[in-house]
Amino acid sequence: MTQTITIDPVTRLEGHGKITIQLDSQGQVEDAHFHVTQVRGFERFSQGRPFYEMPSLMARICGICPVSHLIASAKACEAIMSVRIPHTAAQLRRMLNLAQAVQSHALSFFYLASPDLLLGMESDPKARHIFGVVAAKPELGRAGIALRRFGQHIIELLANKRIHPGWVVPGGVTEPLDPAKRDEILAMLPEAYANIGLALAAYKQIASSFKPEIEVFANFPSNYMSLINEDESIEFTDGALRMIDAKGDILDDGITASKFSEVIGEAVEPYSYTKFAYYKPLGYPQGSYRVGPLARLNIVKSMGTPLAEKELAEFKQLAIGPVQSSFHYHHARLIEILYGIEKIEQILSDPLILDKHVRASAGVNRLEGAGQAEAPRGTLMHHYKVDENGLITWANLVIATGQNNNAMNLGVLQAAKEYVKDGKFTEGTLNRVEAVIRAFDPCLSCSTHAFGQMPLAISLVNADGEVVDQLVR
Amino acid sequence: MSETVSNVKTLVIDEQEVSALAGQTILDVARENDIYIPTLCHLEGLSNVGACRLCLVEIKGGNKLLPACVTTVFEGMEVSTHTERLQKHRRMILELLFAERNHICSVCVANGHCELQALAQDQGVTHISLPYRNPELTVDASLAQFTVDHNRCILCTRCVRVCAEIEGAHVWDVMGRGINSIVITDLHDNWGSSSCTRCGKCVQVCPTGALFDKSKVGSDHPKYPDFLPYLNLMREAQ
Repeated sequence: MTQTITIDPVTRLEGHGKITIQLDSQGQVEDAHFHVTQVRGFERFSQGRPFYEMPSLMARICGICPVSHLIASAKACEAIMSVRIPHTAAQLRRMLNLAQAVQSHALSFFYLASPDLLLGMESDPKARHIFGVVAAKPELGRAGIALRRFGQHIIELLANKRIHPGWVVPGGVTEPLDPAKRDEILAMLPEAYANIGLALAAYKQIASSFKPEIEVFANFPSNYMSLINEDESIEFTDGALRMIDAKGDILDDGITASKFSEVIGEAVEPYSYTKFAYYKPLGYPQGSYRVGPLARLNIVKSMGTPLAEKELAEFKQLAIGPVQSSFHYHHARLIEILYGIEKIEQILSDPLILDKHVRASAGVNRLEGAGQAEAPRGTLMHHYKVDENGLITWANLVIATGQNNNAMNLGVLQAAKEYVKDGKFTEGTLNRVEAVIRAFDPCLSCSTHAFGQMPLAISLVNADGEVVDQLVR
Repeated sequence: MSETVSNVKTLVIDEQEVSALAGQTILDVARENDIYIPTLCHLEGLSNVGACRLCLVEIKGGNKLLPACVTTVFEGMEVSTHTERLQKHRRMILELLFAERNHICSVCVANGHCELQALAQDQGVTHISLPYRNPELTVDASLAQFTVDHNRCILCTRCVRVCAEIEGAHVWDVMGRGINSIVITDLHDNWGSSSCTRCGKCVQVCPTGALFDKSKVGSDHPKYPDFLPYLNLMREAQ
């Protein structure tokens, strides 16, 4: 008799998803899937809207990383307008995107993942949350909350609003940076450095106790993709994409947004509303790849900022060639927070940062445009087609979670095989299966472009659909 | 008794005794005396059409509710502007306006500068109890400077009146009947190929984000309709 274990919903994620684990008649894991269960339809209902409305419309996809959508969307619009935005606008946007990376990574690491890492995978689920962390490790809890506030406050200072700001527009930004706001950001930096220092030290101390998890948390060779600068340093907002293989050799380089759809395809599986992105020359599923913090640090040769540079060198020691275990996403995320803080400091010292010229204007000069950026979770691409009046006729979004989808599914299977044996499971073992997904920090609402409520139950169902065991949170 | 004196009417608005000139509307008199009556289609400087019905008031002795913007005063009139019945009707009118087309404040250029949104907040409309119609309406972006989004139009006809009465072009008009009405340019031509003078007055008087300037995106589109009374004054002076 075959059985199915369902983890529904997967908690401490952004959005709604579930995991099913299929057992064979001996109770051994046969297959496992990560399902994203909602559909949203942004690509359809944006049709007919003026293209210059797209950044604010698309930012509504997500409240965690609206900035990434704003930026990718504005860049796609700028391709339609055929304009190059003023230097200061590009720098301000870069700072906004980094501030979001810092706050989103702080959310992922401290609020969502750290209960597993700091309190233990088997700890009492009733206290396995950010408040539990604050109670057990007050300094770290406070550091996490402060880092998130740091990022969010910069977003608010720059763009007037923490969530869904309207400041990023096609052609640049609506307002230049006020000197008083620059000084306020500069004054926030010392505390941010201290907090990330604390977090990195704490992570490195506990990482060694997770060796068994590191072995089976989506630990397999794969391709990786991320934006990179010409000098091979890390880049979140501009640059072009590079794809490397499992050995670290370059598969493709200089992939600009306009070339993206030539190189990246999207496959569909019946069990998920999230598509599965793949590198076309290798086909599906061989061309699957990972994106996000792990991919970025595997691809780049330098961080371009002194403290993060040292951390990168240490990170690269984790493996010969690309670091393959997705458990290390957590580590990479913390290094990127450090980089974000340093880079924000660098950008603020740009002599032109207070320049008043921050917006270019133009009408419809091309009927198609694409824009890409690194969202906290990985590469994000927006691609639009418009009519001669600039009304959207077609839109496609390729989201980081879609690009990590295959790796997440393989990761769930790998962890399920390790932790579910002879049809037996406990809350703690299933939490590890969920934690694989958390390592990727997927954003399901983005990936389905989530709405609705999910029942809070994990059930073991036999081949006839009968529930033979159930675990309710 | 002189003629001037006979032209003065005395009436009561919300238990406040006020005087007015014959021919003045209840709305004019109320505003002169700092008594607030909500309006939407009315705009100082344009003719009144009594279309939105938000300025409905109760007059003692009559069962009918009358629009303050087009009802003239008479001697001994007793007007109530904020009874429970009126407030209920006003909220219902606003709910009907929201349910009729696709008003999504969060992504609208007029967010924060919209008269419909401000009125809803003012009247305490927090939810729409009616089912939304979600009609499929078009956006005309064929003109270089401005766009009309029929999803956000409430058919107040301010654009029609400003174009005909102030600009003198009468490019805007209303097509269709009842719930199927839409504002059109010329004989339902694209705005871009119409006889529009590109003066932009319609954009400035539009109370919502239906008419907007293409260079204003995000929610950064305040409107400045205050030019109208000034323009009228200057014309009369000539």
